[in-house]
Amino acid sequence: MELGKVWNDVFDRVKTWARVNSPWVLHFNSGSCNGCDIEILATLTPRYDVERFGVKLEGSPRHADVLICTGPVTLQARDRLLRVYEQMPEPKFVIAVGSCAISGGAFQGCYNVVGHIDEVIPVDIYVPGCPPRPEAIIDGVAKLLSKLQTPAAARPVEETVI
Amino acid sequence: MSTDGNLSGKRFIVPIGPQHPALKEPGHFSFTVDGEIVTDASVRLGYAHRGIEKATESRNWTQSLYLLERICGICSHVHALAYCLGVEKLAGVEVPPRAQAIRVLVAELERIHSHFLWLGVAAHEAGFDTLFMYTWRDRETVMDILEALTGNRVNYSANVLGGVKFDVTPEIGDTIRRGLEFLEGRTHHYLEVVTTDQVFLQRTRGVGVMSLEQAETLGVVGPTARASGMIRDIRVEAPYAAYADYPVQPVLAEAGDLEARFIVRIKELFESYRIIRQILDTLPVGELQTRMPRRVKAGETVSRVEAPRGELFYFIKSNGTDNPERVKVRTPTLCNMASVLVTAVGHQLADMPMILAGIDPCFSCNDRTVIVADADGAAYTWEQIRHHGIAFYQGK
Repeated sequence: MELGKVWNDVFDRVKTWARVNSPWVLHFNSGSCNGCDIEILATLTPRYDVERFGVKLEGSPRHADVLICTGPVTLQARDRLLRVYEQMPEPKFVIAVGSCAISGGAFQGCYNVVGHIDEVIPVDIYVPGCPPRPEAIIDGVAKLLSKLQTPAAARPVEETVI
Repeated sequence: MSTDGNLSGKRFIVPIGPQHPALKEPGHFSFTVDGEIVTDASVRLGYAHRGIEKATESRNWTQSLYLLERICGICSHVHALAYCLGVEKLAGVEVPPRAQAIRVLVAELERIHSHFLWLGVAAHEAGFDTLFMYTWRDRETVMDILEALTGNRVNYSANVLGGVKFDVTPEIGDTIRRGLEFLEGRTHHYLEVVTTDQVFLQRTRGVGVMSLEQAETLGVVGPTARASGMIRDIRVEAPYAAYADYPVQPVLAEAGDLEARFIVRIKELFESYRIIRQILDTLPVGELQTRMPRRVKAGETVSRVEAPRGELFYFIKSNGTDNPERVKVRTPTLCNMASVLVTAVGHQLADMPMILAGIDPCFSCNDRTVIVADADGAAYTWEQIRHHGIAFYQGK
């Protein structure tokens, strides 16, 4: 048993190392005005180049570690957001980008808006701004990566057995 | 979503969206395919419907300006501009010529940023990621200019009711001129790339052709209409703000295919550079704002401006109170969306992203789901398929 525990520890450390060095990011817009989305896209392009940190934009939720959400959650997008979140493999992390994602922003109280992202799914990192500058988004990603380095801070993972 | 004929073996419906890789807005498309060829297309919009028009009724005239600016982050300035022009018309306020010229200056800078953005996105849809990265690198030049001018990269808030917020100083004028010089050189290069690169031309030449008659019937607007040879440009037809003093030469193309849309948008950039330089050279002297009356008179008005994607239409009704009674917005993408569904038919499924990008919303297709009917022919409801998905992955 002692040996199995050691192996699990080693394996966890390898997984954390791999996760921190190459987080795959999924982007979902749940009713944003595009402002945050073009800034997220700008962080991937040569001026800001978030791929320096191993971050790769991924199209499929099934391959993603981090969900970047923008916009207030509209009623129609709510189910899609939930479904995208549920399709992601554990452990998963969420970054809410922009004022709308954090508080509803300018759209607070609109009839078709559920509210902010963390009313629907748990959020790990909040990046404020309308829209946040690409530097701020990179800072948010970097903060998440440093958070991941301490395994205790990561949300408990159910299946730790190899 | 219909599942008719899903299992017939002849026809198959490929649903795309609302979440799709890399690009912005959520939108759902269903393409009916026979083998590789698309035989029917339908679209479902409304994932980003927030109820902004209704919300303006519970906010005052000034608050509504900032709300309406957030309809779209790419063309935020033209939304604010259309709203301001309408409200100023209702209030009977004459905006100083310097303010109008600065509004046009920002509108043209925004057009440059939007067209560069589109060029990159469309190149990405074609699988030409090198062009995507180059255009977005160059686009940062115009973003820097906008930031220097207004203080924000996106959602500039250049307008206030009755004028603009900031002045254009000679120093910023020089920064803009330097930026434009660099961009103009790059734009010549991009025009050469999209008209001579053989691989790229195979994705654009003769694809998604829309004839002049079709364009007129479908009521398309903006560069999409101009690529089919239709002069549809509000800046020319009904000059607003300072466009009467800075006349625009509409850029037209005859072919109506994707290549024509690339050429029209890239040549429009040169027109924007020319207008911006002209404004910087002959900026009228004077005030930046005039005083708005405390109440906007009762009445209704229409204001139209040319957004980067085409005609943007505002209907504004006032009942003399602090809040607007009704604001109706019609955006160019909605006008153009029908043309996608018509031109898509008969093309290969692989051409769909390019045809979609041709009207300048941005979609890509990676995320695909198929709703499978069971033996009785009953399709899953949304809730059922969600629970099925959860149970399936828990069982793994």
